[in-house]
Amino acid sequence: MAIGRQTAAAGHAGVLTRPTWTTGWASWLTTVDHKRLGLLYICTSFLFLGLASVEAFLMRLQLARPEQSLVSPDVFNQLFTMHGVTMVFLAIMPLGIGFANYFVPLMIGARDLAFPRLNAFGYWVYALSGVFIYTSFFLGGAPDAGWFAYAPLTSLSNNPGNGIDFYMIGLLVSGVGTLVTAMNLIVTIINMRAPGMTFMRLPLFVWMMLITAFMIIFAFPPLTIALFQVIMDRTFGTLFYVPEAGALPILWQHLFWIFGHPEVYIIILPAFGVISEVIPTFSRKPLFGYPIMVLSGIFIAFMGFAVWSHHMFTTGLGPVANTAFSLTSFVIGIPTGIKIFNWIATMWGGHVRFAVPMLYATAFLLTFTLGGITGIMLAIPPLDAQVQDTYFVVAHFHFVMGGGALLSFLAGFYYWFPKMTGRLLPEGLGRLGFWLIVPGFYLIFWPQHFAGLLGMPRRIQTYEAGIGLDLYNLMSSAGTFVMGAGMVIVIFSAFWALRKGRLAGDDPWDGRTLEWATSSPPPHYDFDVVPEVNDRDPVWLLKHPHLVERRDPISESVDPDHSPPKHVEQVSIHIPGQSWYPFIASFAIFLGSYGLLFHNLLLGLFSVAVLFYACYAWALEGVGGHHEHIELEPAVGGPA
Amino acid sequence: MPVVRRFRRVAPLLVLALLLVGCETEGPRSTLHPVGYVAEQQLDLLIWTTWLSVGVVALVAGVLGYAIFRFRSRYTGDKDAIPNQVHGSVPLEITWTLIPVIIVILVAVPTVRTIFETEVRVQPQESDVLVHVTGYQWWWKFEYPELGIVTANELHVPVGTRVVLDLDSADVLHSFWVPKLAGKRDMIPNQENQLWLIADEEGIYWGHCAELCLGAHAYMRFRVIVESEEEYQAWVESFQEVQVQASQEERQAIQPVQNNELIQEGRTLFAQKGCIGCHSNANFGPGYGSPDFPNLTNFGLRNTVAAGVLENTHENLTAWIRDPQAIKPGNYMPTLWQEDDPDALEEASAIAAYLLSLGIEGEQQAQANAVGGTNGDR
Repeated sequence: MAIGRQTAAAGHAGVLTRPTWTTGWASWLTTVDHKRLGLLYICTSFLFLGLASVEAFLMRLQLARPEQSLVSPDVFNQLFTMHGVTMVFLAIMPLGIGFANYFVPLMIGARDLAFPRLNAFGYWVYALSGVFIYTSFFLGGAPDAGWFAYAPLTSLSNNPGNGIDFYMIGLLVSGVGTLVTAMNLIVTIINMRAPGMTFMRLPLFVWMMLITAFMIIFAFPPLTIALFQVIMDRTFGTLFYVPEAGALPILWQHLFWIFGHPEVYIIILPAFGVISEVIPTFSRKPLFGYPIMVLSGIFIAFMGFAVWSHHMFTTGLGPVANTAFSLTSFVIGIPTGIKIFNWIATMWGGHVRFAVPMLYATAFLLTFTLGGITGIMLAIPPLDAQVQDTYFVVAHFHFVMGGGALLSFLAGFYYWFPKMTGRLLPEGLGRLGFWLIVPGFYLIFWPQHFAGLLGMPRRIQTYEAGIGLDLYNLMSSAGTFVMGAGMVIVIFSAFWALRKGRLAGDDPWDGRTLEWATSSPPPHYDFDVVPEVNDRDPVWLLKHPHLVERRDPISESVDPDHSPPKHVEQVSIHIPGQSWYPFIASFAIFLGSYGLLFHNLLLGLFSVAVLFYACYAWALEGVGGHHEHIELEPAVGGPA
Repeated sequence: MPVVRRFRRVAPLLVLALLLVGCETEGPRSTLHPVGYVAEQQLDLLIWTTWLSVGVVALVAGVLGYAIFRFRSRYTGDKDAIPNQVHGSVPLEITWTLIPVIIVILVAVPTVRTIFETEVRVQPQESDVLVHVTGYQWWWKFEYPELGIVTANELHVPVGTRVVLDLDSADVLHSFWVPKLAGKRDMIPNQENQLWLIADEEGIYWGHCAELCLGAHAYMRFRVIVESEEEYQAWVESFQEVQVQASQEERQAIQPVQNNELIQEGRTLFAQKGCIGCHSNANFGPGYGSPDFPNLTNFGLRNTVAAGVLENTHENLTAWIRDPQAIKPGNYMPTLWQEDDPDALEEASAIAAYLLSLGIEGEQQAQANAVGGTNGDR
């Protein structure tokens, strides 16, 4: 029936037929395969990670000694703003989404996300919005008001250049990509699970992505509203954030942080998910306290929306509000603490192999604990009154974001690289990278706690000599070389491994979840036969059937006779066709952003026209694609 | 209270020893050496939570470290052995739910108490010193509404007295922060924020703007000068003297621009070069300057120039007047002389001499000029 619709649509006048390239650059522009898009996401976010690192490196160079002037204050403001924007919106969050794109369908036994073309659209919107924001460096200066861009520093009178427009429009557009991806993930996880994959059997990474996707749905609209207000102010002269007209600039902070605090968990929950996959695999034990881990994730997400004002303790909310937001912030420490103990309990009594992913997971546990503890300190308003907006805060959120999210994504990168490429990353270089990255990280960010306590505000491009800050800053700056070298080794070894890495085989780590049941790299249809799931660790139990007796009581409720269809000898899988329209639509939005920014009506109208055309043609281009016929071996027992 | 005092003295050392042995905690903006009631309360919380944190980290790191070494699989031998597949344990889960709950309660109780001791909005009393602080890009205006004093970048307060600060901003967000006296509080346009502090000891305490305000944010510094009651009163009187006088002649008599030719020339240049277009100065009387730029009345009493960036010596002040952008990039003070103006340095020096004479008695002033500066090191 799918074919029938395709035939009807293919004849529609003025609409491109769905392309079928499998190689070459056009195949990457038109792909709708979740794995290829996942790779694109991961590569793009690494690219932005590199850019943000260069910015960080320049800042640390400037701050290495007191009273230096390598970088002017204006350029410094642009550097830290772009560093923050890039890391949050273009590097670390998309890295999690990239892993989700690749692995959520594989882990739940689906052949793709629910809306493959929408998925491609989400990626292209994200990538092009990143390009858009970065062109600001060449088109009148990058944004310079900090990653949270507090009003009224962003009003036209205080900041007349283009930079703020790039920030506002870029993030508005990027948010569209993030939102559609989140919706896609929700629909996929809820509707496309393999038979037997009940909610309480979802791999924890999938659970965390489901929670994250819901958080995105609720967190991004307030940001969109705030961005839209500033765009209106700057483009059409409205007065949302103009103090001279009586505006209350605090509104921006409320709207921003009701997005911005959940954003922290949008970044960190996928990281929790990765860690919850890596630790059981390398401990050869199931995740300890799975239901509690799920519930604490949900609880963290829920509470994440209740604590935004703890970023605003110094804005004069008053003692009652500060107390309320302080106590709710403390409460988040409880489920987080539970998670840490459960991860350690997973290792307890296991046979823990310290391959590179597990090294990173262990470093994550300690680093995230430290970052979480300074988080509790910052949730104490009187203490926050001293350390807010100092390097203590800088150290804290780098321990959480860098030490938490980045280290865990590196664990995920080493863990899943063989699945994505079919080749193992070199172990020796991996260890060397680890022993540069983690100590380098501590050398950069540990001294910053002290710099903060000694009164070093953040976002200053220079500081007075001889007031106790010299040594700490020098240590920080030196650390960037160490950590940077480690990152270079990771990237280098990835390129090397693509060609020369040891072949991984389907299941190099003795994995537990469904993605290890298919080949490495997986075929474009993911699975020959979508497997039947009877347990949280389906692949593990297939490999070790004698453990079935001891499995989780929940598994007992599943009908044991409902096994894969053994009589089928040939399966037919529909492979959706590729499409130009996600790319064309997002490119139209990209062009339109410039139209809005430069107040160019012609460019604006043109891009709206292209967008309408793309949507129209998208709607009509039909299902397309082809059917893949796969011969099964006579005795199919399922995967492995 | 001596026990508490002693504890406070060793406390920073403890924090230090706990966090990183052998590192410096001293510094003019260190939060670890408070001299004011509010900052002391804040440090007490820091010390308490640091102790708890050390306990938590020791617990987590200890258990984690034990797990790492005890359960590390030996690659030889039992590589394929399968450990017992434990899925969870209710008693354990309850235990490590209760541990964070207890820690949170231990933090929450002193937190809430301190919030209501240090962060409540106070009703100014007769005995308080009331100051209206306005943040500008990139300097600070201090107005004493009860005393009629307007000054910039240096806040004079008497020791042991509660100082109530009304915080406001004239442009973007700023944040008032003197780490040794009290935590910070943001300055937000159209919003009345308040901060109060009590300084325990006389001294000069450094402050810094803590909220990004672009341009010269890194140079938006200030000083709080805590003096004895007498010194403070003298400082107040020196302002009130120049402000009550009406006529130009009388004004000059009070702030004598004396026989010194350099100072006389400086005063003329101050007018000629247009300084009085922006900077009010009681020596010139009302009608000059703008309230949105630093008021230079009694400038000679200041310790610093350029919002706390430099010591107020004749040399520094001359350099500042000659080329403000070189000292504080991005600030709004114009450069008054062409690059190649041969008289630039001389004229700047004369203006500096004039400004340094403001608020200084004749003899003091002569002395100051003789040593090429005033009381920059006071």
